[in-house]
Amino acid sequence: MDVQTLTPLTPVPPVSPETEAFWDATATDRLLVKFCNSCNKVHVYPRAHCPFCFSVDTEWRESPGEGEIYSYTVIRRETPPRVVAYVRLDEGVILLTNIVGCDPNGVHIDQRVKAVFPRAEDGPCVPAFVPASPTQELAYRRECQGAESHEKD
Amino acid sequence: MGSVAQSVYIAGIYEHPTRKAVDKSLGQLYFEIAQGAVADAGLSLSDVDAFYCDTDAPGFGPLSIIEYLGIEVRHYDSTDVGGSAPMVHLSHAAQAIATGKCNVALVTMAGKPRTGGRGLDTQPNWAVPELAFELPYAHGVVDQYAMSAMRHMYEFDTTAEQLAWIKVAASHHAQHNPHAMLRDVVTVEQVLGSVMIADPLHRLDCCVVSDGGGAFVVVSQEIARQLKRPRVRLRGAGEAIRDLRGGTADITSSGAVVSGATAFAEAGLKPSDIKYASLYDSFTITVLIQLEDLGFCKRGQGGAFVSDGKLISGVGKLPINTDGGGLCSNHPGNRGGMTKILEAVRQLREEAHPAVQVRNCDLALAHGTGGWLASRHGSATVILERV
Ligand SMILES: [Zn+2]
Repeated sequence: MDVQTLTPLTPVPPVSPETEAFWDATATDRLLVKFCNSCNKVHVYPRAHCPFCFSVDTEWRESPGEGEIYSYTVIRRETPPRVVAYVRLDEGVILLTNIVGCDPNGVHIDQRVKAVFPRAEDGPCVPAFVPASPTQELAYRRECQGAESHEKD
Repeated sequence: MGSVAQSVYIAGIYEHPTRKAVDKSLGQLYFEIAQGAVADAGLSLSDVDAFYCDTDAPGFGPLSIIEYLGIEVRHYDSTDVGGSAPMVHLSHAAQAIATGKCNVALVTMAGKPRTGGRGLDTQPNWAVPELAFELPYAHGVVDQYAMSAMRHMYEFDTTAEQLAWIKVAASHHAQHNPHAMLRDVVTVEQVLGSVMIADPLHRLDCCVVSDGGGAFVVVSQEIARQLKRPRVRLRGAGEAIRDLRGGTADITSSGAVVSGATAFAEAGLKPSDIKYASLYDSFTITVLIQLEDLGFCKRGQGGAFVSDGKLISGVGKLPINTDGGGLCSNHPGNRGGMTKILEAVRQLREEAHPAVQVRNCDLALAHGTGGWLASRHGSATVILERV
């Protein structure tokens, strides 16, 4: 299997007051989405206001980080090839991401995926997704640990 | 109808013949397209009183290029929605002329992506609100279009062979264009056999990268009557922005749904009235989705609509991009909107190559999709009529 390199994802975004909580959460492997208390809708990417009803009564909610691939492509221009995708969270919204920790040739629309949080060298962790099977997640975590212990050498 | 458009004409056009401007500055390209378009109209640059360009024009908005050219204007607009900007500029120029703000509007676009001439921005502008949630995933323009294609295939059983037919049609037209970058006729098999860039888009599903540009002159009815040129009137125009809408977007359709409907309503026409269409062809999928969105076929049936040569002039029922389009001829500055308008005007004037000229071409449409199909883009549609 052609397991993709997980880190670093670059460039790494800086943290702004509007989205600080989002990046604080990714550092502890949690995915936050913005929920509007006025119209009860979730939106991505997170904003201080709700883009559906323009209310500023929004709050952060923790997402299970589970969903399915809405669309994707394999970037064949890179070696090894890399997957960029839209994942539709179970909350119903689609967000741009990478599918990592798997063979790009096995990726398909409607595939169940789960959020992971690759470590970048500087700045916040950026959420990506792996196929939602226990073995895939385990393989992904082992590779992350391998990468971390390698950095300490 | 209350349309401001219907008393406004395209009087002059010019497409720069270069595809690789080694020995010319970007400013020189602007001068040559400007001069070419006003000359084609039978006017001179001193007649120009309004100027339009996108923000790839070097300098702050339109200021530097207006100064460089030496023109004096009382109306200007540098609205930038990528490759759809020239359609937007045409519509805005028509509104300005109809309300008396100007009489001779010069719309321009030029670029030198092959030979440089514009520095690349090295630092991301993190103030762009979505950037922190997109840039880390390191994807390019083609990947956006590829994701729309992938989803379209999933929802509607569209095939790579069908997309390839769009390139095949472009190549059939380009063989007659001496300025086209790619003049060899290609087959579906050749498209599918070309290297995969971003699944499901092959190299031959992508447009060319070219230097060059073009310009056109928009004038009032009064001036059009004084000029000894075929009269091409703007009959309807529409513009729209499509974006991800908080994560609720459908990436298998585009802003053309709105801009097309607006333009057809203003023109008092329907898709079956159109004899020729210039459709944005940054990638094959762009054409297919626009055909559906503009109403030339039903949603999901674009694949069947483009197959078996149905877009080839003299063969199919809706000839498109008879100059070879961006897929084979020219995509100057990575923006294809200008050349789309120019070929539509040529068709209406019966100045297209005889091998691809559409008979009795009295109504044509030009559409631009500027930006990223699967996230955010400007859409603009214009409907032109020979009167
Ligand atoms: Zn709301």
